[in-house]
Amino acid sequence: MNVVNWGQTIADAVALGAIYGVVALGIGLVFGVLRLVNFAYGEVITFGGYTLYLVGTKYQAPAAAAIAACIAACIAMSLLQELLAFRPLRRRGATTATMLVATFAISFLLQAIYLLGFGSRGDIVGVLGQLNTAVTIGSTDIRWISIVEVAAGVALLLVTAALLGKTSIGLHIRAAAADFRTARILGVRANGVIGASFVVSGILAAAVAILYTVSNPLVTPDFGVQITIFALIGVVVGGLERLWTATLGGFVVGFVYGFFGDALSSAHSIYLPSVVYGLVILVLLLRPVGLFAPFRPQQVERV
Amino acid sequence: MSRFARPALELGAPVLLLVAVAAIATSLKQTTQLEFENALVMVAIVVALYVFVGNSGVISFGHVSFVAAGAYLSGLASIEPQTKAFTTPGLFGPLRHAHVGVVPSLALAAAVGAAYALVVGLLLMRLSGLPAGIATFAVLGITYNAIYYWNKIGPGAQTLTSVPSVGPWLLSVGAIICAVVAYAYQTSRFGRRLRASREDPAAARSVGVDIYRERVLAFTLSGALAGFAGGLHVHQFGVITPGDYYLDLTFVTLAMLVFGGVGSLWGAVVGALAISALNSFLGDAENTVHVGFRLTLPNGTRLVTVGAVMALVLILRPSGLTGGREFGLRFLAGRRPRGASASTSTDLA
Repeated sequence: MNVVNWGQTIADAVALGAIYGVVALGIGLVFGVLRLVNFAYGEVITFGGYTLYLVGTKYQAPAAAAIAACIAACIAMSLLQELLAFRPLRRRGATTATMLVATFAISFLLQAIYLLGFGSRGDIVGVLGQLNTAVTIGSTDIRWISIVEVAAGVALLLVTAALLGKTSIGLHIRAAAADFRTARILGVRANGVIGASFVVSGILAAAVAILYTVSNPLVTPDFGVQITIFALIGVVVGGLERLWTATLGGFVVGFVYGFFGDALSSAHSIYLPSVVYGLVILVLLLRPVGLFAPFRPQQVERV
Repeated sequence: MSRFARPALELGAPVLLLVAVAAIATSLKQTTQLEFENALVMVAIVVALYVFVGNSGVISFGHVSFVAAGAYLSGLASIEPQTKAFTTPGLFGPLRHAHVGVVPSLALAAAVGAAYALVVGLLLMRLSGLPAGIATFAVLGITYNAIYYWNKIGPGAQTLTSVPSVGPWLLSVGAIICAVVAYAYQTSRFGRRLRASREDPAAARSVGVDIYRERVLAFTLSGALAGFAGGLHVHQFGVITPGDYYLDLTFVTLAMLVFGGVGSLWGAVVGALAISALNSFLGDAENTVHVGFRLTLPNGTRLVTVGAVMALVLILRPSGLTGGREFGLRFLAGRRPRGASASTSTDLA
C-alpha cells in the first residue's frame, strides 16, 4: 500500500466535497422550485468549461474576462434549457419521470453538439492554473485551489442562503418551493421565480466550471456527466426536500469519494463506485427522506 | 370487434412488422443487414423494458444491467473453452468450461436476467417515483463497475470477442418472442392488476391488489426478457465491451420507449424501429447516401439529429407517437368501445 499523507488526503477530499456540494446546491435549488431533477445540469458546467477554454486559453483573454464570459455563458445555457425544454414540458403537464427522461435527452443532445463542435479529444483550460501551486502548512502541502474551493463553496452556500432568506425574490422562491399553486394564487409570478432559480443555478454551475477546471483542466464533451451523477446521488442521499441537506449530501459523497479514492490502494478503490452506489440503495431503503432530513412518514412514497 | 379480432390485431401488427424487418434484412447487402438486425435487437430490449415501465408506470434506469448480465453469460457460455482458456483465464470454473449452443445460451441469458431482476426487485420494488429511478440507476452503476473490473465473470475492460453470430431470422424470432410474452402478460390478470395500480394505486389496493407483489413479478419477467434480449445483442454484435451496457444504451432504450409511447406494446415496437431507422439512415448519410441526390452529412450530425428528434418529441408530445395506444383499425371497428381502451394514462408516475 502506498504511503498516505493524511493531511493532504483530507484537504483534497474536503475540496472535492466542496465542489460536489456546490453542484448539489445548483441541482437542489431547481428541484425545490420545480420538482425537476435536471440531469442536463452537467452540460451547463461543460458549457462553462468550453467558454473558459475559448476565451481564456484559445483567444488569450485575461482571466477576469474569461471568468465573466463563463458566468454569462452558464446563465444563458441554464435559461435556454428552461425556456426551450422545461417550460414547454410543464405547459403540457408532463410528470416528474417524463421530465427526467427529457433532461436525459437534452443532456444527450448537448453532448452530441459539443462533440460536433469540439471533438472528443478534449481541450485544456489554462485559466487560473497558478492556483495549482502548493502552500506548506506544517508537514502537509495544500494546493491553493483546495483552499479556494472550500472558501468558494462556503461563500456560495452562504450567499445563496442569504438570497433565499433575506430578499423578496428569495421569499418568492421559497414560497413556490413550498406550494407552487398557492404561491401563484398569492401573486408570486411563477415564471419569474423559476427563471430566477435557473439564473442562480447557472451562476453556481459557472463557479463549478471555474474551480473544477483548475484541478481537472481537460474539458471533454462528457466533462460534467460524472460530477452531476455523483452530486445527484448526494442530493438524494442527503435529502431532496431542503437545500442544506442536499448540499451536505453532495459534500459527503464528494468527500467520501475523494478520501477513499486517495486512501485506498488502486486494487481496492476500483470497486469504490459500487460501494457508493450500494450505500445509496441502503439509504433509499432505510431513510428515504435523506440522511440529514428530519423524518416525516407522510413524505415517503411507498407501496 | 369480435372477441378474438382485437388481440389478433394488437399482437399481429407488431409481429408482422418484425417479420417484415427480418424479410427485408435477408435481401440486403451485408452492412445494411447488420443495421436491420440491430433494430430487431433494440426492439427486444425496449419491449423488455416496456413490460415493467409501461405496465407499472415506475421508471427504471437499471434494465441495462439485466441486458448486460444476459449478454455476458450468453456470450461466454457459447465460446469454446479452449478460446476462453486463452482470452479470459480468470473466469469462474463453470463459466470457463461451459460450452453450449446459441439457443441454450439464450435460455441461460433469460434465466440470469430473471434471477438478477428478482433479487433487485425484492429489494427495491417498494420505492416509486424519483427514489425508484435513483435506486435502479445505482444498480446499473454497480453492474457496470463489476463487469468492468471483476475478471472472474468476464474479460473486464477488455473486449469480449469470438462470440458466434446469428442471422436476422433468429433475431426476429427472438424479438417476436419478447412481444408475445409482453402481450400475454399485459392481458393476463397479473398485467391488468399492475396496470390498475398504475392508474390509481389507492383504488387498486382497495380491490385487493398487492402492488409490491405485482411489481416484483413484472420486474422479474421484464428482467428475464432483458437478459434474453442481451443474449440476442451479444450474438448479433459478436464483439462487446462494458461501455456498451451503460449510460448510452440506458438512455437510448428509454428514449425509444417514451418516443413510441410508454403505455403500449405497439409504442415500444414502433419507437425502437423508428429511432433505429433514423439512426442508421443518418449513420449512412455521414458516408454519403443516394436519396435522389448525393447526400453527405458531416461526422457527428447523426448523434445531434437523433438527440434533437428525441428531445423534440419528448417536449412536444410527452405521451409519444402512439399516444400509448395499441394498434387498432379504428375505421373498421367503428366507435372505440367505451372503457375498453388499451390505456388511459400514458405518462409515468
